[in-house]
Amino acid sequence: MKEADQVQHIVDHFFRHESGKMVAVLTRIFGTHNLEMVEDVVQEAFLQAMRTWRMNQLPDNPSGWLMQVARNRAIDIIRRQQLFHHYSQEVAGALLQETEQTVEQFFHETEIADSQLRMIFACCHPALKEEDQVALTLKTVSGFGVTEIARALMTNEAVIQKRLYRAKQYLKENTIALEIPAGNELTKRLHMVYTVLYLLFNEGYNSVKADELIRKDLCAEAMRLALLLAEHRSGKRPATFALLALMCLQASRFESRIDENNSIILLQHQDRNTWNKDLIQRGYFFLNLSSQGDELTIYHLESAIAAEHAMAASFEATNWKRMLKLYNLLLEQKRTPMVLLNRAIVLAQLQKAPQAIQEIWQIPNIENLLKSHYIFSAVLVDLYRQTGDEQHARKYLQQAYTMTTSLAEKKLIAGKLAANS
Amino acid sequence: MKEFMFIFKGATQQYDFSPEEMQQHMHSWFSWVDDLKAKKIYLAGEALSPAGGKTVQGAKLLVTDGPFAESKELVGGFISIRAASIDEAVEIAKGCPDLQLDGAVEVREIMKLNNEESQP
Repeated sequence: MKEADQVQHIVDHFFRHESGKMVAVLTRIFGTHNLEMVEDVVQEAFLQAMRTWRMNQLPDNPSGWLMQVARNRAIDIIRRQQLFHHYSQEVAGALLQETEQTVEQFFHETEIADSQLRMIFACCHPALKEEDQVALTLKTVSGFGVTEIARALMTNEAVIQKRLYRAKQYLKENTIALEIPAGNELTKRLHMVYTVLYLLFNEGYNSVKADELIRKDLCAEAMRLALLLAEHRSGKRPATFALLALMCLQASRFESRIDENNSIILLQHQDRNTWNKDLIQRGYFFLNLSSQGDELTIYHLESAIAAEHAMAASFEATNWKRMLKLYNLLLEQKRTPMVLLNRAIVLAQLQKAPQAIQEIWQIPNIENLLKSHYIFSAVLVDLYRQTGDEQHARKYLQQAYTMTTSLAEKKLIAGKLAANS
Repeated sequence: MKEFMFIFKGATQQYDFSPEEMQQHMHSWFSWVDDLKAKKIYLAGEALSPAGGKTVQGAKLLVTDGPFAESKELVGGFISIRAASIDEAVEIAKGCPDLQLDGAVEVREIMKLNNEESQP
Protein backbone atom coordinates (compact mmCIF):
# COMPACT_ATOMS: atom_id res chain seq x y z
CA MET A 1 0.00 0.00 0.00
CA LYS A 2 1.18 3.47 -0.78
CA GLU A 3 0.69 6.76 0.94
CA ALA A 4 -1.17 9.71 -0.44
CA ASP A 5 1.93 11.44 -1.75
CA GLN A 6 2.23 8.65 -4.32
CA VAL A 7 -0.95 9.85 -5.97
CA GLN A 8 0.98 11.54 -8.74
CA HIS A 9 1.72 8.10 -10.15
CA ILE A 10 -1.80 7.92 -11.46
CA VAL A 11 -1.34 9.82 -14.67
CA ASP A 12 -3.95 11.89 -16.45
CA HIS A 13 -6.61 9.82 -18.20
CA PHE A 14 -5.25 6.65 -16.59
CA PHE A 15 -8.73 5.19 -16.12
CA ARG A 16 -9.68 5.99 -19.71
CA HIS A 17 -6.61 4.29 -21.11
CA GLU A 18 -6.95 1.29 -18.82
CA SER A 19 -10.60 1.02 -19.80
CA GLY A 20 -9.59 0.76 -23.45
CA LYS A 21 -7.12 -2.00 -22.63
CA MET A 22 -9.52 -3.98 -20.46
CA VAL A 23 -12.42 -3.75 -22.91
CA ALA A 24 -10.12 -4.92 -25.72
CA VAL A 25 -8.73 -7.90 -23.79
CA LEU A 26 -12.11 -9.02 -22.47
CA THR A 27 -13.78 -8.63 -25.86
CA ARG A 28 -11.00 -10.76 -27.31
CA ILE A 29 -11.95 -13.42 -24.75
CA PHE A 30 -15.74 -13.13 -24.87
CA GLY A 31 -16.35 -11.94 -28.43
CA THR A 32 -17.94 -8.78 -29.81
CA HIS A 33 -21.41 -10.24 -29.23
CA ASN A 34 -20.70 -9.93 -25.50
CA LEU A 35 -19.48 -6.34 -25.66
CA GLU A 36 -22.27 -5.16 -23.39
CA MET A 37 -21.30 -7.65 -20.67
CA VAL A 38 -17.63 -6.76 -21.11
CA GLU A 39 -18.39 -3.10 -20.53
CA ASP A 40 -20.26 -3.99 -17.35
CA VAL A 41 -17.32 -6.03 -16.07
CA VAL A 42 -14.93 -3.16 -16.74
CA GLN A 43 -17.28 -0.66 -15.13
CA GLU A 44 -17.53 -2.84 -12.04
CA ALA A 45 -13.73 -3.12 -11.85
CA PHE A 46 -13.38 0.67 -11.94
CA LEU A 47 -16.04 1.17 -9.29
CA GLN A 48 -14.21 -1.33 -7.12
CA ALA A 49 -10.94 0.50 -7.71
CA MET A 50 -12.49 3.86 -6.97
CA ARG A 51 -14.09 2.67 -3.74
CA THR A 52 -10.86 1.27 -2.32
CA TRP A 53 -8.23 3.56 -3.82
CA ARG A 54 -9.94 6.75 -2.80
CA MET A 55 -9.31 5.85 0.84
CA ASN A 56 -5.64 6.32 0.03
CA GLN A 57 -5.00 2.66 -0.51
CA LEU A 58 -3.33 2.88 -3.87
CA PRO A 59 -1.88 -0.44 -5.03
CA ASP A 60 1.79 -0.61 -6.03
CA ASN A 61 0.79 -1.40 -9.58
CA PRO A 62 -2.62 0.17 -10.32
CA SER A 63 -2.72 -1.13 -13.87
CA GLY A 64 -1.87 -4.66 -12.74
CA TRP A 65 -4.49 -4.43 -10.01
CA LEU A 66 -7.22 -3.54 -12.49
CA MET A 67 -6.12 -6.24 -14.92
CA GLN A 68 -6.17 -8.77 -12.08
CA VAL A 69 -9.78 -7.87 -11.30
CA ALA A 70 -10.68 -8.22 -14.98
CA ARG A 71 -8.85 -11.54 -15.28
CA ASN A 72 -10.47 -13.03 -12.19
CA ARG A 73 -13.88 -11.92 -13.35
CA ALA A 74 -13.30 -13.44 -16.79
CA ILE A 75 -12.31 -16.80 -15.32
CA ASP A 76 -15.27 -16.63 -12.98
CA ILE A 77 -17.74 -16.03 -15.81
CA ILE A 78 -16.34 -18.90 -17.86
CA ARG A 79 -16.31 -21.20 -14.85
CA ARG A 80 -19.97 -20.54 -14.21
CA GLN A 81 -20.95 -21.16 -17.80
CA GLN A 82 -18.93 -24.33 -18.14
CA LEU A 83 -20.77 -26.09 -15.30
CA PHE A 84 -17.73 -28.03 -14.13
CA HIS A 85 -19.87 -29.96 -11.67
CA HIS A 86 -21.08 -32.05 -14.60
CA TYR A 87 -17.70 -33.76 -14.58
CA SER A 88 -15.60 -35.69 -12.16
CA GLN A 89 -13.44 -33.58 -9.88
CA GLU A 90 -10.36 -34.67 -11.77
CA VAL A 91 -11.67 -33.56 -15.17
CA ALA A 92 -13.25 -30.40 -13.78
CA GLY A 93 -9.90 -29.47 -12.23
CA ALA A 94 -8.04 -30.02 -15.48
CA LEU A 95 -10.62 -28.05 -17.48
CA LEU A 96 -10.47 -25.17 -15.05
CA GLN A 97 -6.69 -25.08 -15.20
CA GLU A 98 -6.86 -24.99 -18.97
CA THR A 99 -9.40 -22.17 -18.82
CA GLU A 100 -7.15 -20.17 -16.55
CA GLN A 101 -4.16 -20.67 -18.84
CA THR A 102 -6.16 -19.70 -21.91
CA VAL A 103 -7.44 -16.54 -20.27
CA GLU A 104 -4.04 -15.75 -18.80
CA GLN A 105 -2.27 -15.56 -22.14
CA PHE A 106 -4.45 -12.65 -23.27
CA PHE A 107 -3.18 -10.55 -20.37
CA HIS A 108 0.43 -10.43 -21.51
CA GLU A 109 1.62 -6.95 -22.42
CA THR A 110 2.06 -7.66 -26.15
CA GLU A 111 -1.28 -9.44 -26.35
CA ILE A 112 -2.98 -6.44 -24.74
CA ALA A 113 -1.58 -4.12 -27.42
CA ASP A 114 -2.62 -6.66 -30.04
CA SER A 115 -6.17 -6.83 -28.69
CA GLN A 116 -6.41 -3.05 -28.67
CA LEU A 117 -5.45 -2.95 -32.32
CA ARG A 118 -8.01 -5.63 -33.13
CA MET A 119 -10.60 -3.62 -31.25
CA ILE A 120 -9.78 -0.53 -33.31
CA PHE A 121 -10.16 -2.60 -36.47
CA ALA A 122 -13.55 -3.90 -35.33
CA CYS A 123 -14.73 -0.38 -34.48
CA CYS A 124 -13.72 0.75 -37.96
CA HIS A 125 -15.48 -2.14 -39.66
CA PRO A 126 -16.37 -1.07 -43.21
CA ALA A 127 -20.03 -1.99 -42.78
CA LEU A 128 -20.45 0.65 -40.08
CA LYS A 129 -21.30 4.26 -40.81
CA GLU A 130 -18.46 6.67 -40.24
CA GLU A 131 -20.26 8.46 -37.41
CA ASP A 132 -20.90 5.12 -35.72
CA GLN A 133 -17.25 4.11 -36.13
CA VAL A 134 -16.18 7.33 -34.43
CA ALA A 135 -18.60 6.95 -31.52
CA LEU A 136 -17.75 3.28 -30.97
CA THR A 137 -14.00 3.93 -31.09
CA LEU A 138 -14.29 6.71 -28.54
CA LYS A 139 -16.44 4.56 -26.27
CA THR A 140 -14.65 1.22 -26.37
CA VAL A 141 -11.05 1.97 -27.37
CA SER A 142 -10.69 5.39 -25.77
CA GLY A 143 -12.88 4.89 -22.70
CA PHE A 144 -14.90 8.08 -23.19
CA GLY A 145 -18.31 8.28 -21.52
CA VAL A 146 -21.44 9.02 -23.54
CA THR A 147 -21.64 12.58 -22.17
CA GLU A 148 -18.00 13.20 -23.07
CA ILE A 149 -18.47 11.89 -26.61
CA ALA A 150 -21.54 14.08 -27.06
CA ARG A 151 -19.61 17.10 -25.81
CA ALA A 152 -16.63 16.36 -28.03
CA LEU A 153 -18.73 15.84 -31.15
CA MET A 154 -21.11 18.64 -30.23
CA THR A 155 -24.28 16.65 -30.32
CA ASN A 156 -26.57 15.30 -27.61
CA GLU A 157 -26.38 12.12 -25.59
CA ALA A 158 -29.42 10.52 -27.23
CA VAL A 159 -27.74 10.76 -30.63
CA ILE A 160 -24.57 9.14 -29.30
CA GLN A 161 -26.56 6.40 -27.54
CA LYS A 162 -28.28 5.65 -30.82
CA ARG A 163 -25.01 5.45 -32.76
CA LEU A 164 -23.46 3.17 -30.14
CA TYR A 165 -26.49 0.95 -30.06
CA ARG A 166 -26.54 0.66 -33.85
CA ALA A 167 -22.82 -0.16 -34.02
CA LYS A 168 -22.90 -2.72 -31.22
CA GLN A 169 -25.98 -4.31 -32.66
CA TYR A 170 -24.19 -4.78 -35.98
CA LEU A 171 -21.12 -6.35 -34.38
CA LYS A 172 -23.38 -8.65 -32.39
CA GLU A 173 -25.70 -9.77 -35.16
CA ASN A 174 -22.86 -10.39 -37.58
CA THR A 175 -20.52 -11.87 -34.96
CA ILE A 176 -17.70 -9.66 -36.15
CA ALA A 177 -14.45 -11.23 -35.00
CA LEU A 178 -11.67 -9.31 -33.31
CA GLU A 179 -9.12 -10.00 -35.95
CA ILE A 180 -6.32 -8.40 -37.88
CA PRO A 181 -7.19 -8.59 -41.57
CA ALA A 182 -4.54 -10.05 -43.88
CA GLY A 183 -2.92 -8.77 -47.06
CA ASN A 184 -4.88 -6.30 -49.11
CA GLU A 185 -7.73 -6.29 -46.60
CA LEU A 186 -5.32 -5.02 -43.95
CA THR A 187 -4.34 -2.06 -46.13
CA LYS A 188 -7.98 -1.25 -46.76
CA ARG A 189 -8.90 -1.50 -43.11
CA LEU A 190 -5.91 0.58 -42.06
CA HIS A 191 -7.13 3.33 -44.33
CA MET A 192 -10.54 3.19 -42.65
CA VAL A 193 -8.76 3.53 -39.31
CA TYR A 194 -6.75 6.50 -40.61
CA THR A 195 -9.98 8.18 -41.68
CA VAL A 196 -11.55 7.71 -38.26
CA LEU A 197 -8.44 8.86 -36.39
CA TYR A 198 -8.02 11.88 -38.64
CA LEU A 199 -11.69 12.72 -38.12
CA LEU A 200 -11.23 12.49 -34.36
CA PHE A 201 -8.20 14.73 -34.57
CA ASN A 202 -9.95 17.29 -36.74
CA GLU A 203 -12.99 17.36 -34.49
CA GLY A 204 -10.65 18.38 -31.72
CA TYR A 205 -8.53 20.69 -33.81
CA ASN A 206 -11.18 22.57 -35.72
CA SER A 207 -14.32 22.78 -33.65
CA VAL A 208 -13.90 26.12 -31.90
CA LYS A 209 -17.35 25.72 -30.45
CA ALA A 210 -16.49 22.88 -28.09
CA ASP A 211 -14.60 23.74 -24.92
CA GLU A 212 -10.85 23.69 -25.06
CA LEU A 213 -10.32 20.88 -22.58
CA ILE A 214 -12.31 18.29 -24.50
CA ARG A 215 -10.83 19.45 -27.82
CA LYS A 216 -7.32 18.85 -26.53
CA ASP A 217 -8.41 15.47 -25.20
CA LEU A 218 -9.66 14.49 -28.63
CA CYS A 219 -6.45 15.52 -30.40
CA ALA A 220 -4.31 13.79 -27.80
CA GLU A 221 -6.44 10.65 -28.03
CA ALA A 222 -6.25 10.53 -31.83
CA MET A 223 -2.48 10.84 -31.56
CA ARG A 224 -2.27 8.16 -28.89
CA LEU A 225 -4.19 5.71 -31.07
CA ALA A 226 -2.10 6.58 -34.12
CA LEU A 227 1.01 5.90 -32.05
CA LEU A 228 -0.46 2.58 -30.91
CA LEU A 229 -0.95 1.73 -34.56
CA ALA A 230 2.59 2.79 -35.47
CA GLU A 231 4.08 0.61 -32.75
CA HIS A 232 2.31 -2.55 -33.87
CA ARG A 233 3.79 -4.82 -36.52
CA SER A 234 0.56 -4.65 -38.55
CA GLY A 235 0.31 -0.88 -38.41
CA LYS A 236 3.98 0.03 -38.76
CA ARG A 237 3.66 1.54 -42.23
CA PRO A 238 4.72 4.70 -44.06
CA ALA A 239 1.09 5.88 -44.28
CA THR A 240 0.67 5.51 -40.51
CA PHE A 241 3.84 7.53 -39.96
CA ALA A 242 2.56 10.17 -42.38
CA LEU A 243 -0.68 10.47 -40.41
CA LEU A 244 1.29 10.81 -37.17
CA ALA A 245 3.56 13.43 -38.75
CA LEU A 246 0.51 15.37 -39.87
CA MET A 247 -1.05 15.25 -36.40
CA CYS A 248 2.18 16.32 -34.66
CA LEU A 249 2.73 19.23 -37.03
CA GLN A 250 -0.86 20.43 -36.75
CA ALA A 251 -0.90 20.00 -32.98
CA SER A 252 2.26 22.11 -32.70
CA ARG A 253 0.09 25.12 -33.57
CA PHE A 254 -2.77 24.21 -31.24
CA GLU A 255 -2.00 26.90 -28.65
CA SER A 256 -1.19 29.56 -31.22
CA ARG A 257 -4.48 29.63 -33.08
CA ILE A 258 -6.68 31.24 -30.44
CA ASP A 259 -5.96 34.52 -28.67
CA GLU A 260 -6.94 35.48 -25.12
CA ASN A 261 -10.37 36.64 -26.35
CA ASN A 262 -11.00 33.22 -27.86
CA SER A 263 -10.66 34.67 -31.36
CA ILE A 264 -9.08 32.66 -34.17
CA ILE A 265 -5.63 33.80 -35.22
CA LEU A 266 -5.01 33.08 -38.89
CA LEU A 267 -1.83 31.31 -39.91
CA GLN A 268 -0.29 34.51 -41.29
CA HIS A 269 -0.77 36.32 -37.99
CA GLN A 270 0.35 33.57 -35.63
CA ASP A 271 3.45 34.11 -33.55
CA ARG A 272 5.62 31.32 -34.90
CA ASN A 273 7.73 31.37 -31.74
CA THR A 274 4.77 29.95 -29.85
CA TRP A 275 4.58 26.86 -32.05
CA ASN A 276 5.49 23.78 -30.07
CA LYS A 277 9.00 22.92 -31.21
CA ASP A 278 9.00 19.53 -29.58
CA LEU A 279 5.93 18.47 -31.58
CA ILE A 280 7.42 19.93 -34.76
CA GLN A 281 10.56 17.85 -34.24
CA ARG A 282 8.44 14.76 -33.69
CA GLY A 283 6.50 15.65 -36.82
CA TYR A 284 9.73 15.78 -38.84
CA PHE A 285 10.80 12.48 -37.32
CA PHE A 286 7.64 10.70 -38.46
CA LEU A 287 7.68 12.53 -41.78
CA ASN A 288 11.10 11.07 -42.35
CA LEU A 289 9.87 7.56 -41.52
CA SER A 290 6.89 8.02 -43.83
CA SER A 291 9.09 8.54 -46.88
CA GLN A 292 9.97 4.83 -47.14
CA GLY A 293 8.15 2.82 -49.76
CA ASP A 294 6.34 4.11 -52.81
CA GLU A 295 2.89 4.78 -51.42
CA LEU A 296 1.86 8.44 -51.60
CA THR A 297 -1.23 8.96 -49.48
CA ILE A 298 -3.16 12.12 -48.68
CA TYR A 299 -1.46 12.00 -45.28
CA HIS A 300 1.95 12.17 -46.96
CA LEU A 301 0.87 15.23 -48.91
CA GLU A 302 -0.92 16.96 -46.07
CA SER A 303 1.95 16.37 -43.67
CA ALA A 304 4.36 17.72 -46.30
CA ILE A 305 2.16 20.83 -46.56
CA ALA A 306 2.10 21.19 -42.77
CA ALA A 307 5.89 20.78 -42.72
CA GLU A 308 6.31 23.58 -45.28
CA HIS A 309 4.49 25.90 -42.90
CA ALA A 310 6.57 24.70 -39.97
CA MET A 311 9.81 25.28 -41.84
CA ALA A 312 8.99 28.78 -43.11
CA ALA A 313 10.41 31.61 -41.00
CA SER A 314 7.34 33.71 -41.74
CA PHE A 315 4.09 33.41 -43.68
CA GLU A 316 5.57 35.50 -46.50
CA ALA A 317 8.69 33.34 -46.59
CA THR A 318 6.66 30.18 -47.24
CA ASN A 319 7.79 28.26 -50.30
CA TRP A 320 4.52 28.85 -52.17
CA LYS A 321 5.75 27.27 -55.40
CA ARG A 322 6.42 24.01 -53.64
CA MET A 323 3.13 24.41 -51.82
CA LEU A 324 1.28 24.68 -55.14
CA LYS A 325 2.90 21.46 -56.35
CA LEU A 326 1.83 19.68 -53.19
CA TYR A 327 -1.73 20.95 -53.52
CA ASN A 328 -1.82 19.86 -57.15
CA LEU A 329 -0.83 16.36 -56.08
CA LEU A 330 -3.33 16.41 -53.25
CA LEU A 331 -6.10 17.40 -55.64
CA GLU A 332 -5.53 14.20 -57.60
CA GLN A 333 -6.46 12.18 -54.51
CA LYS A 334 -8.74 14.46 -52.54
CA ARG A 335 -10.74 16.77 -54.74
CA THR A 336 -12.75 18.40 -51.98
CA PRO A 337 -13.97 22.00 -51.80
CA MET A 338 -11.59 22.66 -48.88
CA VAL A 339 -8.55 21.50 -50.82
CA LEU A 340 -9.63 23.58 -53.82
CA LEU A 341 -10.10 26.57 -51.56
CA ASN A 342 -6.69 26.17 -49.93
CA ARG A 343 -5.08 25.81 -53.31
CA ALA A 344 -6.70 29.09 -54.35
CA ILE A 345 -5.11 30.77 -51.32
CA VAL A 346 -1.71 29.48 -52.45
CA LEU A 347 -2.35 30.84 -55.95
CA ALA A 348 -3.10 34.25 -54.49
CA GLN A 349 0.22 34.17 -52.63
CA LEU A 350 1.88 33.61 -56.00
CA GLN A 351 0.37 36.92 -57.21
CA LYS A 352 -2.40 35.10 -59.07
CA ALA A 353 -5.40 36.44 -57.16
CA PRO A 354 -7.65 36.86 -60.24
CA GLN A 355 -7.01 33.23 -61.20
CA ALA A 356 -7.63 32.18 -57.59
CA ILE A 357 -11.02 33.94 -57.59
CA GLN A 358 -11.90 32.28 -60.85
CA GLU A 359 -11.01 28.86 -59.47
CA ILE A 360 -13.09 29.39 -56.36
CA TRP A 361 -16.12 30.16 -58.52
CA GLN A 362 -15.46 26.90 -60.34
CA ILE A 363 -15.67 24.80 -57.18
CA PRO A 364 -18.63 22.45 -57.70
CA ASN A 365 -21.69 23.56 -55.79
CA ILE A 366 -19.97 26.81 -54.72
CA GLU A 367 -23.23 28.77 -54.45
CA ASN A 368 -24.47 26.44 -51.72
CA LEU A 369 -21.06 26.29 -50.01
CA LEU A 370 -21.04 30.08 -49.80
CA LYS A 371 -24.38 29.89 -48.07
CA SER A 372 -23.39 27.14 -45.65
CA HIS A 373 -19.71 27.70 -44.80
CA TYR A 374 -18.44 31.13 -43.83
CA ILE A 375 -14.82 30.29 -44.73
CA PHE A 376 -15.54 30.45 -48.49
CA SER A 377 -16.87 33.99 -48.20
CA ALA A 378 -14.02 34.93 -45.90
CA VAL A 379 -11.39 33.82 -48.41
CA LEU A 380 -13.20 35.60 -51.25
CA VAL A 381 -13.02 38.79 -49.17
CA ASP A 382 -9.23 38.59 -48.99
CA LEU A 383 -8.86 37.76 -52.65
CA TYR A 384 -11.17 40.53 -53.89
CA ARG A 385 -9.32 42.94 -51.67
CA GLN A 386 -6.02 41.87 -53.21
CA THR A 387 -7.35 42.69 -56.65
CA GLY A 388 -8.66 46.04 -55.40
CA ASP A 389 -12.32 45.10 -55.80
CA GLU A 390 -13.56 46.63 -52.57
CA GLN A 391 -17.21 46.37 -53.54
CA HIS A 392 -17.20 42.58 -53.78
CA ALA A 393 -14.94 42.31 -50.75
CA ARG A 394 -17.49 44.12 -48.56
CA LYS A 395 -20.35 42.08 -49.92
CA TYR A 396 -18.77 38.77 -48.88
CA LEU A 397 -17.50 40.18 -45.60
CA GLN A 398 -21.09 40.90 -44.60
CA GLN A 399 -22.12 37.46 -45.77
CA ALA A 400 -19.38 35.76 -43.77
CA TYR A 401 -20.38 37.64 -40.65
CA THR A 402 -24.04 36.70 -40.75
CA MET A 403 -23.21 33.10 -41.50
CA THR A 404 -20.88 31.97 -38.77
CA THR A 405 -22.38 30.90 -35.48
CA SER A 406 -19.01 30.58 -33.82
CA LEU A 407 -18.20 33.47 -31.53
CA ALA A 408 -14.49 33.15 -32.27
CA GLU A 409 -15.13 33.38 -35.99
CA LYS A 410 -17.52 36.30 -35.56
CA LYS A 411 -14.84 38.20 -33.67
CA LEU A 412 -12.34 37.51 -36.41
CA ILE A 413 -14.64 38.86 -39.11
CA ALA A 414 -15.80 41.81 -37.00
CA GLY A 415 -12.14 42.74 -36.65
CA LYS A 416 -11.79 42.81 -40.41
CA LEU A 417 -14.95 44.85 -40.91
CA ALA A 418 -13.74 47.41 -38.40
CA ALA A 419 -10.23 47.59 -39.84
CA ASN A 420 -11.52 48.47 -43.27
CA SER A 421 -14.46 50.72 -42.57
CA MET B 1 -10.73 17.56 21.11
CA LYS B 2 -13.36 14.98 20.31
CA GLU B 3 -13.31 12.20 17.76
CA PHE B 4 -15.92 11.71 15.09
CA MET B 5 -16.73 9.06 12.56
CA PHE B 6 -17.89 9.91 9.05
CA ILE B 7 -19.97 7.14 7.51
CA PHE B 8 -20.32 7.36 3.75
CA LYS B 9 -23.51 6.25 2.06
CA GLY B 10 -24.55 6.00 -1.58
CA ALA B 11 -22.48 7.91 -4.17
CA THR B 12 -20.28 5.07 -5.38
CA GLN B 13 -23.25 2.80 -6.05
CA GLN B 14 -24.06 4.70 -9.22
CA TYR B 15 -23.26 2.94 -12.45
CA ASP B 16 -23.23 5.69 -15.01
CA PHE B 17 -19.80 7.13 -14.25
CA SER B 18 -17.34 7.42 -17.10
CA PRO B 19 -13.75 6.33 -16.41
CA GLU B 20 -12.68 9.97 -16.46
CA GLU B 21 -15.35 10.93 -13.93
CA MET B 22 -14.30 8.11 -11.65
CA GLN B 23 -10.68 9.18 -11.83
CA GLN B 24 -11.63 12.77 -11.10
CA HIS B 25 -13.76 11.68 -8.16
CA MET B 26 -10.86 9.66 -6.82
CA HIS B 27 -8.54 12.64 -7.13
CA SER B 28 -11.03 14.82 -5.28
CA TRP B 29 -10.95 12.27 -2.48
CA PHE B 30 -7.17 12.20 -2.46
CA SER B 31 -6.98 15.93 -2.02
CA TRP B 32 -9.73 15.96 0.61
CA VAL B 33 -8.03 13.27 2.71
CA ASP B 34 -4.60 14.84 2.11
CA ASP B 35 -5.96 18.08 3.42
CA LEU B 36 -7.32 16.40 6.57
CA LYS B 37 -3.94 14.73 7.08
CA ALA B 38 -2.08 17.99 6.61
CA LYS B 39 -4.26 19.53 9.32
CA LYS B 40 -3.42 16.49 11.49
CA ILE B 41 -7.07 15.71 12.18
CA TYR B 42 -7.33 12.51 10.11
CA LEU B 43 -7.21 9.37 12.24
CA ALA B 44 -8.14 6.33 10.16
CA GLY B 45 -10.38 5.12 7.38
CA GLU B 46 -11.53 2.01 5.54
CA ALA B 47 -13.58 1.16 2.50
CA LEU B 48 -16.25 -1.55 2.74
CA SER B 49 -16.94 -4.00 -0.05
CA PRO B 50 -20.46 -3.51 -1.40
CA ALA B 51 -20.89 -7.21 -2.14
CA GLY B 52 -20.75 -10.53 -0.34
CA GLY B 53 -21.60 -9.23 3.13
CA LYS B 54 -23.53 -11.24 5.73
CA THR B 55 -25.70 -10.28 8.67
CA VAL B 56 -25.81 -12.25 11.92
CA GLN B 57 -28.93 -11.58 13.91
CA GLY B 58 -30.43 -12.30 17.32
CA ALA B 59 -29.89 -14.94 19.97
CA LYS B 60 -30.57 -17.64 17.40
CA LEU B 61 -27.53 -16.45 15.48
CA LEU B 62 -29.52 -16.22 12.28
CA VAL B 63 -27.14 -15.62 9.38
CA THR B 64 -28.51 -13.91 6.28
CA ASP B 65 -27.01 -12.55 3.09
CA GLY B 66 -26.79 -8.83 2.80
CA PRO B 67 -27.12 -6.08 3.95
CA PHE B 68 -29.56 -5.53 1.13
CA ALA B 69 -30.01 -1.87 1.90
CA GLU B 70 -31.22 0.54 -0.75
CA SER B 71 -28.13 1.51 -2.72
CA LYS B 72 -28.52 5.04 -1.41
CA GLU B 73 -28.32 3.70 2.13
CA LEU B 74 -25.46 1.26 1.60
CA VAL B 75 -22.40 2.12 3.67
CA GLY B 76 -19.36 2.40 1.41
CA GLY B 77 -16.78 3.17 4.07
CA PHE B 78 -15.85 5.34 7.00
CA ILE B 79 -13.11 7.57 8.33
CA SER B 80 -12.50 8.95 11.78
CA ILE B 81 -11.29 12.47 12.40
CA ARG B 82 -10.62 14.87 15.26
CA ALA B 83 -12.73 17.98 15.75
CA ALA B 84 -13.64 20.36 18.58
CA SER B 85 -17.39 19.97 18.23
CA ILE B 86 -20.12 18.32 16.19
CA ASP B 87 -20.58 21.61 14.32
CA GLU B 88 -16.93 21.69 13.35
CA ALA B 89 -17.11 18.03 12.29
CA VAL B 90 -20.13 18.80 10.12
CA GLU B 91 -18.24 21.64 8.45
CA ILE B 92 -15.40 19.25 7.68
CA ALA B 93 -17.85 16.65 6.35
CA LYS B 94 -19.21 19.23 3.90
CA GLY B 95 -15.93 18.94 1.99
CA CYS B 96 -16.53 15.27 1.19
CA PRO B 97 -16.54 14.73 -2.61
CA ASP B 98 -19.34 12.16 -2.29
CA LEU B 99 -21.81 14.96 -1.68
CA GLN B 100 -21.34 16.17 -5.25
CA LEU B 101 -22.52 12.73 -6.40
CA ASP B 102 -25.68 12.88 -4.31
CA GLY B 103 -24.12 10.74 -1.61
CA ALA B 104 -24.55 11.26 2.14
CA VAL B 105 -22.17 11.54 5.09
CA GLU B 106 -23.37 10.51 8.52
CA VAL B 107 -21.44 12.37 11.22
CA ARG B 108 -21.28 10.61 14.61
CA GLU B 109 -19.28 11.32 17.68
CA ILE B 110 -17.13 8.44 18.91
CA MET B 111 -17.86 7.81 22.57
CA LYS B 112 -14.86 7.57 24.86
CA LEU B 113 -14.97 6.28 28.41
CA ASN B 114 -12.18 8.47 29.66
CA ASN B 115 -13.27 11.53 27.81
CA GLU B 116 -15.11 13.83 30.19
CA GLU B 117 -17.04 15.54 27.45
CA SER B 118 -18.46 12.27 26.22
CA GLN B 119 -19.87 11.31 29.56
CA PRO B 120 -23.51 11.94 30.27
